[in-house]
Amino acid sequence: MNASASRLSLWLLLTPFLLWIVLLVLVPHLQMLRVSFQVRESWDTLAWGLEQYQNFFSESYYWRTFVRTGVMSLFTTFLTLLIAFPIAWYIARLARGRSKGILFLACLIPFWASELVRTYGWMILLRESGLFSSWLQALGWVDGPVEMLYNDVAVIIGLVYNGLLFMVVPLVTTLDGMDENLVEAGYDLGGGHATVLREVVIPWAMPGIVSGCIVVFMLTLGSYLTPILMGGKDSAWFTEQIFTQFITRFNWEQGAALGVLLLVLSSLMVWLGLKLTGQSLRKVMG
Amino acid sequence: MALRKTRISALATLLAATTASGNLLAEELRLITWGGYAPDEVVAQFEEETGIDVQITLSNNEDMISKLRATGGAGFDLAQPSQDRIVGVQRQFNIYKPIDYSRVNTDQLQPSMVKATQESTALNGQSFGVPSVWGTSGLIVHNSVADTVTDYTDLCDPAVAGKVSYRLKRPTLMGFAFAMGMDPFAAYNDRDEYQSIMAKVEDKLIDCKANVKTYWTGGDQLLSLLRTGEVTAAMAWDAGGWKLNAENPEIRFVAPESGALGWIDTFAIPRRSENEEAAYKWINFVMQPEIAAKITNASGNFTASKGADEFVKAELRDAYRLSFDDEAINNIKWYPPVPPGLEAMEGQVLDRVQAAN
Repeated sequence: MNASASRLSLWLLLTPFLLWIVLLVLVPHLQMLRVSFQVRESWDTLAWGLEQYQNFFSESYYWRTFVRTGVMSLFTTFLTLLIAFPIAWYIARLARGRSKGILFLACLIPFWASELVRTYGWMILLRESGLFSSWLQALGWVDGPVEMLYNDVAVIIGLVYNGLLFMVVPLVTTLDGMDENLVEAGYDLGGGHATVLREVVIPWAMPGIVSGCIVVFMLTLGSYLTPILMGGKDSAWFTEQIFTQFITRFNWEQGAALGVLLLVLSSLMVWLGLKLTGQSLRKVMG
Repeated sequence: MALRKTRISALATLLAATTASGNLLAEELRLITWGGYAPDEVVAQFEEETGIDVQITLSNNEDMISKLRATGGAGFDLAQPSQDRIVGVQRQFNIYKPIDYSRVNTDQLQPSMVKATQESTALNGQSFGVPSVWGTSGLIVHNSVADTVTDYTDLCDPAVAGKVSYRLKRPTLMGFAFAMGMDPFAAYNDRDEYQSIMAKVEDKLIDCKANVKTYWTGGDQLLSLLRTGEVTAAMAWDAGGWKLNAENPEIRFVAPESGALGWIDTFAIPRRSENEEAAYKWINFVMQPEIAAKITNASGNFTASKGADEFVKAELRDAYRLSFDDEAINNIKWYPPVPPGLEAMEGQVLDRVQAAN
């Protein structure tokens, strides 16, 4: 193949990517950035200013919702990691042959249905007239119907469930490549279970843990359906406020400012996470 | 190389096919409307009579305005916003074009409604709406709590704690204001007065939050909450109440003591409508009494069509009479056009209620 042909194929390969990144990522974000600095003075006049950003800090419900969303997302990510780690360990290290594939598939199957369907599934289980409530009553453990939906616990259950796969996959991949001898050497040198886990397994799995956490954190922070449907009246989630500003209030300027803030603050948190764990994006994303 | 050539020619054929079929497609009417306003039966009959293909997008007031605003009034040929949400939006975003009343068959419409809609959607001497469907918001209650809940503020009664639902939207603000003895509509043009009314309503709604099971966001969600008995009292649309009443006579729609809130949904033509002709055809078609009655039977809401009542299902007429005696009808508070700017104020109230603990 000569040089010009290879250059042509490179461009052909790059074109869809460039179109995507420019048209669907860069341009909309720049547009949003521009709108966020516009201040609507009256029907037809616009000025430039920081009013929307000031609103975020002066109206306590904006930043309180943001902090709440951030904290709950971090907690969800941590919980997902705790649940996903044993699963990934089993799939990567203990399961053999066919069962390995089947287990992996089992993690994947729920994702054949959309997030909406999965969330409704949980709602059927948790609601007052739902399955769990009627089982508890049938067993005689409770007297009347119990409402398990419409609270923060329900939201976190839904979010963990939605994030699980994205944590399991990178963990399995990294754990798969770990040399059995490393673990054995750990024990031979007198380490207990906890020591081996802390000194050998976790450092090895760190890139997987961090990349899983980043993906789950971003997904959770940006999720919309689960908090709305399962959280009920106290569900205040930041994405919901952005949606409300854009769609219900026709206040694109405020919505854009909130969107920009979400992007900046979430990027900042990911960067901080990478710094704290001593990872770099290149290492984590392989 | 041969392979690549076949691929390219295949692609070219595909492209040619899609563009060609775009031209060959039959005439089209893109309608953005509410659930139930364009029943399959009616659409099929219209398509058969006119040969125009109807594309329906289901929506609500805010979503309709947002969609049209995003495109400057393109993408749809006919919309159905509520009459009070037209003038303010039109002044701000210029998304509709005036209605040419000479192309509307007003003989089959109720004159009082035509007049009211023309006035409330008027801007610079032109009107932007034709009345289509009307209804009210009030209370849907279960018989067991019907004595407790007779007005919006009774939803905050401890007797119904945890069994209540309403929306976090402007009708709730209006309903609570009326039930608290204030008149928000009269204060529409007095910002300070309006602000103080909203502040009182905000406090009330924050106090009331503990009573609420969940804020409903969609009609189906609310109906299932009421059907299962998880919610026994809710602020909602009359049509939903009548639908439930047909399934379970224990549940019914009542007009609150302070008055049901009345709305009229209109036909409005987006500014960059591509098939105005079809839009007027649709308006004149669905407002025929027999057709309008079909819409009433499907959605539960009555229409502006004259003489449609006699074609409406008897159960629905009975349910309507059960909810509205003459006094209740006279007490309906019809939404006047919302002046621009008020909705931003209301939005902040709603946000604060949502975020309050």
